[in-house]
Amino acid sequence: MSQIALIDYGSGNVRSMSRALAAAADSLGGTTLITLTDDPDVIRKADRIVLPGVGHFADCASGLRGRPGVVEAMSDAVRKRGAPFLGVCVGMQLLADVGREDGDTEGLGWIPGSVEPLAPDDPQLPIPHMGWNELSIDHEHEVFSGLGASPNVYFTHSYVFSPESAADVAASFSYGGNFAAAVARDNVVGTQFHPEKSQAVGIRLLANFLSWSP
Amino acid sequence: MLKTRIIPCLDVKNGRTVKGVNFVGLRDAGDPVALAKAYDEQGADELCFLDITASVEGRGAMIDVIERTADQCFMPLTVGGGVRSADDMVAMLGAGADKVAINTAAVDNPDILRSCARKVGRQAVVMALDVKRRGDQWEVFTHGGRTPTGKDAIAFARRAVELGAGEILLTSMDRDGTKEGFDIPLLRAVRDVVTVPIIASGGAGNARHLAEAVTEGLADAVLAASIFHFGECTLAEARAALAEAGASVRPFSAIGSAAGEAR
Repeated sequence: MSQIALIDYGSGNVRSMSRALAAAADSLGGTTLITLTDDPDVIRKADRIVLPGVGHFADCASGLRGRPGVVEAMSDAVRKRGAPFLGVCVGMQLLADVGREDGDTEGLGWIPGSVEPLAPDDPQLPIPHMGWNELSIDHEHEVFSGLGASPNVYFTHSYVFSPESAADVAASFSYGGNFAAAVARDNVVGTQFHPEKSQAVGIRLLANFLSWSP
Repeated sequence: MLKTRIIPCLDVKNGRTVKGVNFVGLRDAGDPVALAKAYDEQGADELCFLDITASVEGRGAMIDVIERTADQCFMPLTVGGGVRSADDMVAMLGAGADKVAINTAAVDNPDILRSCARKVGRQAVVMALDVKRRGDQWEVFTHGGRTPTGKDAIAFARRAVELGAGEILLTSMDRDGTKEGFDIPLLRAVRDVVTVPIIASGGAGNARHLAEAVTEGLADAVLAASIFHFGECTLAEARAALAEAGASVRPFSAIGSAAGEAR
């Protein structure tokens, strides 16, 4: 049985994520247990870790650090043991060294880079970037495979992760310039868009994550 | 390229859909969750639930509707009706909504938008504006369109965005239910003063109207209720009309049930 720790830190639509992960697990068969948790022992032993996150970088960062032992347990599981990790939206942005939403806030620093205001070339383009946009896959990756040609996924955000190394950008989106839609490094992936709200494409991506062996 | 969103809107009262709904082959037309599923399968880009009871009992029923919908439809949900505080927003988001529309409470006390944005992020805060034409201006109404406020809609839209609204749901009360088409000058007037996405609402009578809201009104999303509920315009027809008018829409082939297209 596979154990998924869905990190509960008072941020994000954990219910939607939990149900979407369950649907993805169903599509694969086998037994998957999804646990919404902030218990360091559960996180440390989990086979996979999912970090959701909606809203404000600084609020999410302080919410995460406010749960005793959670960051350390995530780090033990992901960085030391190599458990596959998926961060979504602000949960992905938190992978950066620093977020710049209303002042500088330290991130996890697992993928070097910063989270900057989304600034399209065309000032007429609305911010937040909200709705369905096409993914362009920059690097072949198991988690982002089999999604069809130019898959559309659901975004809603005003800030973007800008990794130091282009090699960490797994997929991008176009909105008055190209920006990181997904990042990947070793056993860590993150999506700026919401797979749990991206209908069939999103469920497929989550199923890819659940069967991924980095 | 970002796609124009097509958003069916369901009015919910004590957990049931009101306004007539006439879907072929749908047994329980009053259950909002069944309707949500049907629209999901037809490729809606987003769904909007408006709680028109906005009472305590209605609120509990609404949370239940959101939860049951979010359990089955992996698509964006916007919810509104009777939202008075950031805590109300948190409850809706916790149930599975992605965005929460606020109206009366934010018109009465615009600063509430700041605390909402700080709590849930501005991308989740939708300012729902119900407006009525007054000469060449528009007036903001509250309490489901019952209370005139004397506030200028264009100035208020600008202020709402400055304070924390991440999207404007702009309803023309003059056009709502008339099927005469959207109020294009209204859409343009708000577009000129805000940088956030605008959802056009009120007046959709056919697929061509939806296209006009985008090509002439420069709306980012179009919302409609009865033309979809009564099958006068299918989502496929809406998509086709928008595409023909030059708007970018999500291709139908990319849409399917969770078990379908992704295989």
